[in-house]
Amino acid sequence: MIEFRNIHKSFEEKVVLDGVSGVLERGKCNLLIGASGTGKSVLLKCIVGLIPTDQGEVLFDNRDFTLADRDLKTDIRREIGMLFQSGALFDSKTVEQNVMFPLDILTKMSKEEKLERANIVLKRVGLENTNKKMPSEISGGMKKRVGIARAIVNEDVKYLFCDEPNSGLDPQTSILIDDLIKEITDELQITTTVVTHDMNSVLGIGDKIMFLFKGKKVWEGNKDEIMDSGVKEFDDFVFANKVMNKMRHG
Amino acid sequence: MRGIGQYFIFLGSLFVNRETVSTYVKLIIDECILIGWKSIFIVVIISSFIGAVSTVQTAYNLVSPLIDRYVISLIVRDMTLLELAPTITALVFAGKVGSNIASGLGTMRITEQIDALEVMGINASSYLVLPKIIASMLMYPLLVILAAFLSIYGGYLAGVLTGVTTPYEYIYGIRADFNEYSVSFALTKAVVFAFLISSISAYKGYFTKGGALEVGIASTNAVTNSCIAVLLADYLLAQLLL
Repeated sequence: MIEFRNIHKSFEEKVVLDGVSGVLERGKCNLLIGASGTGKSVLLKCIVGLIPTDQGEVLFDNRDFTLADRDLKTDIRREIGMLFQSGALFDSKTVEQNVMFPLDILTKMSKEEKLERANIVLKRVGLENTNKKMPSEISGGMKKRVGIARAIVNEDVKYLFCDEPNSGLDPQTSILIDDLIKEITDELQITTTVVTHDMNSVLGIGDKIMFLFKGKKVWEGNKDEIMDSGVKEFDDFVFANKVMNKMRHG
Repeated sequence: MRGIGQYFIFLGSLFVNRETVSTYVKLIIDECILIGWKSIFIVVIISSFIGAVSTVQTAYNLVSPLIDRYVISLIVRDMTLLELAPTITALVFAGKVGSNIASGLGTMRITEQIDALEVMGINASSYLVLPKIIASMLMYPLLVILAAFLSIYGGYLAGVLTGVTTPYEYIYGIRADFNEYSVSFALTKAVVFAFLISSISAYKGYFTKGGALEVGIASTNAVTNSCIAVLLADYLLAQLLL
């Protein structure tokens, strides 16, 4: 479980996060949603420590990440897997080397053990025969799957973060990636956090949903409660989608 | 001033929360190949021609019959050791290696590869930059030695083939009044220049923000700032050490 309390973040004069709090639950897909520029990705990066917060606390299973010393921070980070919007695969390494990379750095496993573990996770994401390919040789959807494989390859991973996992993907591949994230969350019982503005993802995997608007959390619920949130900003966001609007009006 | 302060903080960050020594050894070897081995061709071309041109132009300017022709190679030798080999090669090194370091790190930054390392609990600046700086400081002095040798040899070929000097005169001039300290000075300059070029370029690339356009700007700034730093350091070292 991850808890964040009263997160504030500004870039010069612009307030991006204005006292956001919430709990990301273990074994669930926790979605941070909102329109572009509402601070979803900044909140995610504040939680994982890529952007320092101006104020507020982030607790990973009651361990305060914001006040942690370097060793504790490193320990917590080694329990984090992250799928980036662009995939963020290392260009100079093959798919196999990308997936093995966290094991090279974080563990003392032998090369054979690392290879075996990499093959297990690559098989899990449906990429058995791509070990020797370079990132430039695979499609966007495959890059995302390699990113997921790299994020979960370390068996210590307890927290999975996905920043817009569907961006740039066709609808079918998007569903495939969503399903994969959901299945992995259920299998490993990890705390998964997904930043998205894709309503298909919200309806598909949203065990817990937090809606951000102008740097504040204005609604929280699950996918079954979307239709009658009673929050205007949230309704405007959800029903801007024509399909959702049709569903609402029968 | 803020940029200079940030540069020194960046340098300090290279030495905290490091990975294991064996990790760095492998990375340093890879960088030595990239930085050193792959720069040999351009260094060979430039230093050979600089030596040849220096010989021909020195001969052209020494018109007095009172000056022995061995002075041509003596001048070429000192020019090469004191300035041309370490400094001109440094400017070429900044253009080739500096831009490569800045654009490589800049691309890693904008494609979130550096963030990916940080999230894994790796000190990305130390992991990515320290091997580049160490490899530069190891390889650049070797390139300077090669450049000095080829420059003097290029001068020999040009001098002998054009008839402005004889092999005996050229070799006599190379040996005449030789001060070994020139070599130490050239190598000291090489180490300092390598550090400046690699660290400034890495700093410029590491803090790139934006997209492809900004990577290009970072790369250009890396070369420009490295060249200015090299020339400033060149003057300071000459004042301090000669």
